[in-house]
Amino acid sequence: MESVGGKSEAIIRIKKLTKIYSKIRAIDGLNLKVNSGEIFGFLGPNGAGKTTTIRVLATLTRPSSGSAWINGFNVIKRPLQVKVEFGIVQQHISLGRELSVWESMELQALLHHLEISRRRQRIAELLDYVELTGQANQVVGTLSGGMKRRLMIARALIHCPKLLFLDEPTIGLDVQTRRRLWDLIRRMNLDGTTIFLTTHYIEEAEALCNRVGIIHCGRLIALGTPLELRERVGMVTVETLENNNGTCYRYFPDKAAAIAYMQNLPSEIKNTTMRDSNLEDVFIELTGRKVREE
Amino acid sequence: MGRILRDIYSVWWADLRILKRFWPKFLITCIISPILYLFVFGFGLGRRIKIEGTSYLEFVIPGIIALTAMNTSFNSAGMKLNVDRLFYKSFDEFLMAPISSFSLILGKSLIGVVRGLIISCAFLLIGIAFSPLRVNFLFGVTLLVTCFTFAFLGVLAALIAKSHQDMSTFTSMVLRPMTFLGGTFFSLDDLPKMLKIILNIIPLTHASQCLRAITLGQAFPWLSLLILVSFGLVFLIGCIVIVKMSSV
Repeated sequence: MESVGGKSEAIIRIKKLTKIYSKIRAIDGLNLKVNSGEIFGFLGPNGAGKTTTIRVLATLTRPSSGSAWINGFNVIKRPLQVKVEFGIVQQHISLGRELSVWESMELQALLHHLEISRRRQRIAELLDYVELTGQANQVVGTLSGGMKRRLMIARALIHCPKLLFLDEPTIGLDVQTRRRLWDLIRRMNLDGTTIFLTTHYIEEAEALCNRVGIIHCGRLIALGTPLELRERVGMVTVETLENNNGTCYRYFPDKAAAIAYMQNLPSEIKNTTMRDSNLEDVFIELTGRKVREE
Repeated sequence: MGRILRDIYSVWWADLRILKRFWPKFLITCIISPILYLFVFGFGLGRRIKIEGTSYLEFVIPGIIALTAMNTSFNSAGMKLNVDRLFYKSFDEFLMAPISSFSLILGKSLIGVVRGLIISCAFLLIGIAFSPLRVNFLFGVTLLVTCFTFAFLGVLAALIAKSHQDMSTFTSMVLRPMTFLGGTFFSLDDLPKMLKIILNIIPLTHASQCLRAITLGQAFPWLSLLILVSFGLVFLIGCIVIVKMSSV
C-alpha cells in the first residue's frame, strides 16, 4: 500500500483508522476507499466523526492508530506530498479577513509554490470560475457568506488538486446560494476533481453524490450508491402517525407491497403517507436516529 | 535552502501586506506606551536620580527600547496568531500548505520581528533627541535577537493557548512581571544576590543589559547575548515541536 510514485487506483484509502479524544472514539476503526473521479458523500449526524476524518486526511490531526493514503501517499509518513494532492474547504470560514480577495488567492498561490508567470493567470481563471472577478479588490471581511464559500473553493483549487474535501460546504447558506454551489461542485467534478463531501443535508448528498458512506459513532455503517442504500431498506416508505408511538416508518420493496400494507391498517390510523424512500430513511433504519438530530 | 527561504517569505507575505495597509495605525498605537514610560520614569520620577554614574534618562532609555522590542514582537506575532488560529481558524490554511514546520514558524514570527524593529527604532530616534546615545552594529544585532526571541515566545504562547483568555493570562503572568523586573527601570547591581540570580533567568534582563552596555559605553556582556540567543532557540524549537505534535 505504501506509495512509490503516488499512483493508486483509489484516491483515498483508509485502513482501521481510529482517533480517540480523551476516551471518546471520534473515529473507530474506519475502513474506506474512495475512487478517483467520483463525488463521494460522507453522511452522518453532528459528532459522528465526519470532520475528524477529514482533519486526519488533511494532515491537521494525528490519528491514534490506523493508516490513510491519499493518491498513494501515506498521510502520516509523507504529509508534504499529501498536501499537494488535495484542496480543502472547511466547515467554518477559514479566511484571513484583512486581505483583499486577490491577495487571499495570491497567498494561497505562494504557499503552493505556483510560479509567478502562472500565478496571475490562474487566479484570474479561478475568480472567474467562482464568479468573484468583480470582487477581486474587495476586502475578504466585507464579503457575504456565499462569496466567502466560493472564495474558499477557489483557494482550494489554486494548485489543481486531484482531490477536494468539502466539509459541510453549504451550511448556513440560503437556498439559491446552495444550488449555485451544487452547480459549481458538479462542474469541478466534470473537470476531473474527485470530491469528498461531508454533509448532513440529505438532499445535498442525493443530488450530488455517486456514492455515499454513512458514519455513525465513528464507524462506517453503510456504503453504496444512493440507489443501493435505498434498495437496502426498501424503495417505498409508509409513514403512519400513531397516537402512542408518534410517526412510524415502514419500508417496502415496491409500491404494490406498500399499498397492500396500507389497505390492511386498522381504521383508527388515518394519517398515512406513502412516498419514495430517501437516504434519511436509510439512516433512520440503520441507526434509529435522524441525521439532523444533535 | 532556496525553497525554505521562499516558504518563509510566503508565510510572511500576507502579514507584510496587512502591515503596509495599516502601518500608521500600528505605529501610533505601539509607540504610545514607550513614550509614556519615557516621560513618567525618565522625566518625571528620574529627573534628579543618578544611577551607575549616569543620568537616569540615559540609563532608562535602552531599557525601554528592550521593553518595546519585547512587547511589540510578542504581541505582533503572538496575539495575531492566537486570533488567526482560534477565532478566524485561518492558521489551518498554513498548516495544510506543503511547507515545513520550520518555515511556518519562522514566517509567522517574522512579522513580530519587523514590527518590533520598527517601533524600537522609532523610539530610539525619540530617545536620541533627548539624550545622546551611542549606537553601533552590535546594538542592531542585539535588538534583532531580542525581537526574534520574543516573537518566538509570542508564537509559542499562541500555539499553546486554548483560548484568548489563556493568551491574556500568559501576558499577565509572564510578560508583565518581566516588564518591571527585567532590569528596565532599575539596576540589578545593588540587589541581593539571590534576587539577582532569579532576575537573570528573565530574557528581558539580558536584552536590557546588552543594549545598556552599548549606549553607556560599558564592556559588552557577551554572555547575556548568548543567553538571549539560547532563549530564542529554545522558544523556536518549542514552537516546531508543538506544531509537529498537534498536526501530522
